[in-house]
Amino acid sequence: MLLRHTTSDVAEREALTVNPAKTCQPIGAMYAALGIHNCLPHSHGSQGCCSYHRSALTRHYKEPVMASTSSFTEGSSVFGGQANLLQAITTIFAVYNPDVIAVHTTCLSETIGDDIPQIISKARDDGKIPAGKRVIHTNTPSYVGSHVTGFSNMVKSMVDYFAQPVKEKGKTLNLIPGWVEPSDMREIKALAAEIGAETIAFPDTSDVLDAPQTGKHEFYPRGGVTMEQLVRTPASQATVALGPTASEAAAKLLDAKFKVPFELLELPIGLRATDRFVNTLRRQIRAQVPASINEQRGRLMDMITDMHQYFHGVRVALWGDPDQLVSLAEFLTDLDMRPVYIVTGTPGKQFDKRIGNALAGRVPEAKFRQGAGADMFLMHQWIKNEPVDLLIGNTYGKYIARDENIPLVRHGFPIMDRVGHSYFPTVGYRGAMRLLEMILGALMDHKDRQSPEESFELVM
Amino acid sequence: MLPILEARKSQIHETGAEPFVMACEKQSLAGSVSQRACVFCGSRVVLYPIADAVHLVHGPIGCAAYTWDIRGALSSGPELHRLSFSTDLQERDVVYGGEKKLYRALIELIDEHHPKGAFVYSTCIVGIIGDDVAAVCRRVESERGIPVLPIHSEGFRGTKKDGYRAACDGLMKLVGSGPIEGIGPRSINILGDFNLAGETWMIRDYYERIGVEVVATITGDGRIDAIRRAHGAALNVVQCAGSMVHLAKSMEEKYGIPFLRVSYFGIEDMAKSLYDVANHFHDAEILGRSQELVREEVGVIMPELRRYRQALEGRRAAVYTGGAFKAFSLVRSLRTLGMKTVLVGSQTGNREDYELLRDLCDQGTILVDDTNPLELSRFVQEKEVDLFIGGVKERPIAYKLGIGFCDHNHERKVALAGFEGMLNFAREVHCSVMSPVWKLVPRRRRNPS
Repeated sequence: MLLRHTTSDVAEREALTVNPAKTCQPIGAMYAALGIHNCLPHSHGSQGCCSYHRSALTRHYKEPVMASTSSFTEGSSVFGGQANLLQAITTIFAVYNPDVIAVHTTCLSETIGDDIPQIISKARDDGKIPAGKRVIHTNTPSYVGSHVTGFSNMVKSMVDYFAQPVKEKGKTLNLIPGWVEPSDMREIKALAAEIGAETIAFPDTSDVLDAPQTGKHEFYPRGGVTMEQLVRTPASQATVALGPTASEAAAKLLDAKFKVPFELLELPIGLRATDRFVNTLRRQIRAQVPASINEQRGRLMDMITDMHQYFHGVRVALWGDPDQLVSLAEFLTDLDMRPVYIVTGTPGKQFDKRIGNALAGRVPEAKFRQGAGADMFLMHQWIKNEPVDLLIGNTYGKYIARDENIPLVRHGFPIMDRVGHSYFPTVGYRGAMRLLEMILGALMDHKDRQSPEESFELVM
Repeated sequence: MLPILEARKSQIHETGAEPFVMACEKQSLAGSVSQRACVFCGSRVVLYPIADAVHLVHGPIGCAAYTWDIRGALSSGPELHRLSFSTDLQERDVVYGGEKKLYRALIELIDEHHPKGAFVYSTCIVGIIGDDVAAVCRRVESERGIPVLPIHSEGFRGTKKDGYRAACDGLMKLVGSGPIEGIGPRSINILGDFNLAGETWMIRDYYERIGVEVVATITGDGRIDAIRRAHGAALNVVQCAGSMVHLAKSMEEKYGIPFLRVSYFGIEDMAKSLYDVANHFHDAEILGRSQELVREEVGVIMPELRRYRQALEGRRAAVYTGGAFKAFSLVRSLRTLGMKTVLVGSQTGNREDYELLRDLCDQGTILVDDTNPLELSRFVQEKEVDLFIGGVKERPIAYKLGIGFCDHNHERKVALAGFEGMLNFAREVHCSVMSPVWKLVPRRRRNPS
């Protein structure tokens, strides 16, 4: 029992977090920046931050993750990190030659008060930024929000730094996919293309963090939204932003600065959320939903109806990031499952309301919690008090799964012990089918192993 | 040809070309994609295997999240070290100070888990906002009656090495506080093995078989009470010299306990460790039993090892480790397998380490200090390497290049230390280098020479 130290008495903790259901802002900013073509994320802080973020992303994607660091010393923490960042900009353009350096801060550089825009403009004045190259930044104090906040901040900075006013509108739609896997970004773009929408998707980590094996190490893989595309986002008809926590800030900024109207949707995970996404795209470009997409939907419906008996009443515990959790909660409830425990370490008052909307009163026994005290220890204590049949969340759930003998479907970030998430989407109709395959597989494998001989079934 | 920065040239050398002095123990150049970590990382990895203590990370959530059970340091008892505890500092704590939150968190933690001790790690921000962590620890220590040790591991205060030092300083406060009655004259502490995949257990077993008493294992499968008694041992045997030599030196100074540096990787180094301990005690019986043990163990692994050697003969390897000490053993172990090390480097080696490496390696071997992925990719391709030995960040680069890989770092899944470990190492290397998947990938193949 690896979690033998977890008791069922839920004592309110004021100050202590045990087994967090979140991590800090900078890693989100790094992940978002990897979704810009030819971009090197840069961590303005101690070396450890950059090393940890790269390691964490590498464990999740099993891909090389490139990012540089300001390598703070005791001196920089006293006198400020300006000299480090200026040196870094010179080094990076000389050695790694990206188109864009995307700087994010850390708790250290935030607290000592480094003024990043001022340092960037000094670098420009000093001629350290070659023609045609850009240095952008976002503030990611680790003691505010979570990794999703950092992602959102970097996406917003993409608008802030690149978007340029336009005289004429074009035909494109901006598509902000939120913090999802490269596979999901690919699927979201594919759905939009199938409907006939021309899109600028940002950030876009497909073909960056799911790059093919070629016998070469591409320092900057093929994918990512280009600088030129980011410049043109104000020319788009509208912005479709997926996942309020990760994507709303950038969409709002495009609206405020350039009058690009936006539609904010929950992540297209599950049937109805995908319906809303498809419908929004259709409405935006005034197109018909092609038969091919209707057929995708039909196949998903077919799978749901074929297997609906297995979903009834299954009690599920979910943890992870708000945007994923809200859509999953809706989808599971639609299937007649019962998402009874939902936990995210990412703080935000909207969460309770959004989960409430997703459940729509159908799971009155559901407990959900966000922010301080919402951690995996609490989740485990709830489960000890009243068990569940299924766990859905990141790799950190495997301790609970093992100790309590509950099947686990891996979804979210990070997944450090299985593959597939970066290649196979869980968004869209096809993604929903994969989710169902994983859920049913986990439940049925469990049943096969646990059922006594006399009720062991060949056909299910 | 990729550019090598002028500033990097003094940290890259080729053996046999001309005499050189490695510029090392330098702060990384700002802007490099360094493979290095920070002070906190150093302290955290060294202390984390102590399984009956709580390890509370005082700072924003990230530092605790990224170090949550990432190293397979096994415990034969409690599993407290595999949980992640954090004060999860928020903006208001940064403004008003985090001492109160730290105090409350410690009390909540100790009251919930009743540990034998507590380590409190300071992160970057704690150093900036100036929390008096030591004072909070003293207060909790007196209120709860267990050792509560502040670790000064603010990330920016140096490199990982400084973190090892901070960890050792913390341990020194424990050593000497327990009873030492009944400890015999042929006794040692095992320092600098972290029980990854159960390695400390194997090493401990070897020592016990040759008649040496093990007082404390620091920190693999570590326990607070054992560490408190560590000053009763007659000798400190230190592996992974980078991380624990400071503790050994401090114990020598304070308690007059001598120390030996050893390595448990590879047949030669493992055998030498046992002989060195036997010789230190001038004990013919221990020496005799050591020789017997080595004969027996080598006899068990040799037949299989020979088969791997036949297949691997002439293949080329690149080695990039955290500390340089491990690199010596790896070069020797690879030689045991008939393989040539053509590229070797470390994150934190010192001048002496690199001189030793220079003398140990064949001519034409590239030595690098604090390298980056661009340099690694380039040298690996230039030298037509078949195997890369490194850590988590290097693995996917090797695979993209179509090269076999062995993790000799945190993520090793099988014990690589000791005689059995040498066989495991050979199996891992053989399984990766000889894998048929490399025939499928678009990589230029060289015939093994």
